[in-house]
Amino acid sequence: MTNPLNYPFDPHTLLRKKKAIRRELLQRSDLLEKRIAILGGSTTAEIKDILELFLLLGGIRPVFYESEYNRYYEDIMFSNKALEQFAPEIVYIHTSSVNIMRFPSMQDSDADVDMLLTAEVDRYQALWDRITTAYSCPIIQNNFELPHYRGLGNLDSYDIHGRTAFITELNLLFSEQARQRQNLYLNDINYLSAWFGLERWYDKLFWYSYKYAMSYEAIPLLADSIASIIKAIYGKTKKCLVLDLDNTLWGGVIGDDGLTGIRIGKETPDAEAYSAFQQYVKGLKERGIILAVCSKNDETNAREGFTHPDSILSLKDFSAFRANWEPKHENIRDIARALNIGIDSLVFVDDNPAEREIVRAQVPQVAVPELGSNVAKYIDILDKTDYFETVSLSKDDLMRNAFYADNAAREGLQSRFDNYDDFLSSLQMVAEIRPFTPIYLDRITQLTNKTNQFNLTTKRYTFTEMESIAGADHYITLYGRLLDKFGDNGLVSIIIGDVRDSELHIDLWLMSCRVLKRGMEAAMLDQLVAEAQARKVSALSGYYYPTAKNCMVSGFFKEMGFQHVVTKANNDSIWRLEISAGYTNKSQFIEVKK
Amino acid sequence: MTPEEIKGSVTQIFKDVLDNDTIVLFRETTARDIEEWDSLAHINLIVAIEKEFKIKFDLMELKPLQNVGELLDIIQRKIS
Repeated sequence: MTNPLNYPFDPHTLLRKKKAIRRELLQRSDLLEKRIAILGGSTTAEIKDILELFLLLGGIRPVFYESEYNRYYEDIMFSNKALEQFAPEIVYIHTSSVNIMRFPSMQDSDADVDMLLTAEVDRYQALWDRITTAYSCPIIQNNFELPHYRGLGNLDSYDIHGRTAFITELNLLFSEQARQRQNLYLNDINYLSAWFGLERWYDKLFWYSYKYAMSYEAIPLLADSIASIIKAIYGKTKKCLVLDLDNTLWGGVIGDDGLTGIRIGKETPDAEAYSAFQQYVKGLKERGIILAVCSKNDETNAREGFTHPDSILSLKDFSAFRANWEPKHENIRDIARALNIGIDSLVFVDDNPAEREIVRAQVPQVAVPELGSNVAKYIDILDKTDYFETVSLSKDDLMRNAFYADNAAREGLQSRFDNYDDFLSSLQMVAEIRPFTPIYLDRITQLTNKTNQFNLTTKRYTFTEMESIAGADHYITLYGRLLDKFGDNGLVSIIIGDVRDSELHIDLWLMSCRVLKRGMEAAMLDQLVAEAQARKVSALSGYYYPTAKNCMVSGFFKEMGFQHVVTKANNDSIWRLEISAGYTNKSQFIEVKK
Repeated sequence: MTPEEIKGSVTQIFKDVLDNDTIVLFRETTARDIEEWDSLAHINLIVAIEKEFKIKFDLMELKPLQNVGELLDIIQRKIS
């Protein structure tokens, strides 16, 4: 049976079987618990149930607060003990066009309509401000779907009195707000409803009977979209797309049909469709998704496919290339190891159902969309599953593939040195290690929430929390950027330490794995000790909290010269480094910018 | 479809939606007799029945529904 939670979603099966599906999903052990408040301008019961399924599937176990029907405004604006006690970590405001207070009437002037728009946006601004002050948590806010009817026909879209025109203006104002507010994320139901089809989106019978603002068939699409934003906020999105070649990236079999026989380009309808898919994949790469090849092929043949004059992707677009006759799941494990990323951050795309099945069975952490074998549908299935949802685009995202390409160059260099130290000094590394500054807070939050492997405590912070830590005196914060002769590695390491009673407690220490074994951790420690000494701190306390993913740093504090203090029953351990009697810098190969 | 077949399908829908395999429906059964049958589950039941039998209930049809027997009669009327 196909999974009803895979796109295209199956609303009927979800409705019938949601309780059984929920029971099955709750079997997973590594779920991250999150408190989510759903504040609705229409009925939300079914949305909550289906959202829970998508979140569980994504590794998040939600605990919900649900407002009474259409109490979203009162629940936030007035004193509310229940919500305060609940202390939401995410607030989702489920409003839609039915919640618009007043549409323009025919007598309204330009100025009147402007006032209506301002009044509408002001009301939401008050909500967002209040949530930010009271709960300082991320807010997910629906924008508005186009209206159910157009009183003015086509004119509705451009006359100032038209509902269509009014909603379009409102959506632009919401977008502007989301660009300006750090903790506001839009759930684009304007796009979702258009994609789904407004005719199917609206079910007025369902509205009159039960006050649902959309049809129940549309709920899975909506719930998946909300879940994607939440997963992105907590860094649970995918990083790497692993692609099959024959009949996935081009039509035909390169080993049999040869370079001139494969279908890509403009010659046939399916060649056009494969080109469109390559274009889509190229777009993902340009926004920071890592690409890899995993194909049962002769390596020479496989590589030759990308020399086709109409190929949009080229060999240098791929950070890993595995074309051989080994089982695909072994190649996929190998790719994750080579790229130094968690295996659960991979999406595997293959037209062959047997290959999909074996990968699902052997490496269940890898996401395997039900691609089908119709190339014209590939983009829909990947795009609508929101694997690569992101809440902001940082400069690092846009540079990521360059980092991995640079890494390949560094590895080439490494093999020419007999001695690793010689290699390190040849890199001419320069680091910038400084307290948090506002311009980097976005990247700092993003890196904190997605780093799993080199992460001693795996604590997660929202942007607002980072902001208040950066401003509080009793914290020592450090970010580290690393440059070398091959390029800028970007902001790669973060430490947060809390000074209490002349001791520094290291709440957070993490590093991106792309700079592993470069001595950056020693440079960070040197700087941390210097900052601590300047504040008359006598000792550092380090904490290691084991997770399924961070065993690579289980011995980290020991390597850094800390003394073991205690290991608790749950395997959490505490470490200590005395610095009052002096400290010798450990970093040898990195010059730290003053 | 015979009345028995309709009842069989409806029973399966109740079992699925209410996640309770022990449910047995009689014509006299009401929401008070089945613990999980609350107002939210009721909406799910109605939507699932509409989908299963490819029918749509009218706005006023569901309001005065007394028991399972009446529900089965409406379904029977709609599909014949």
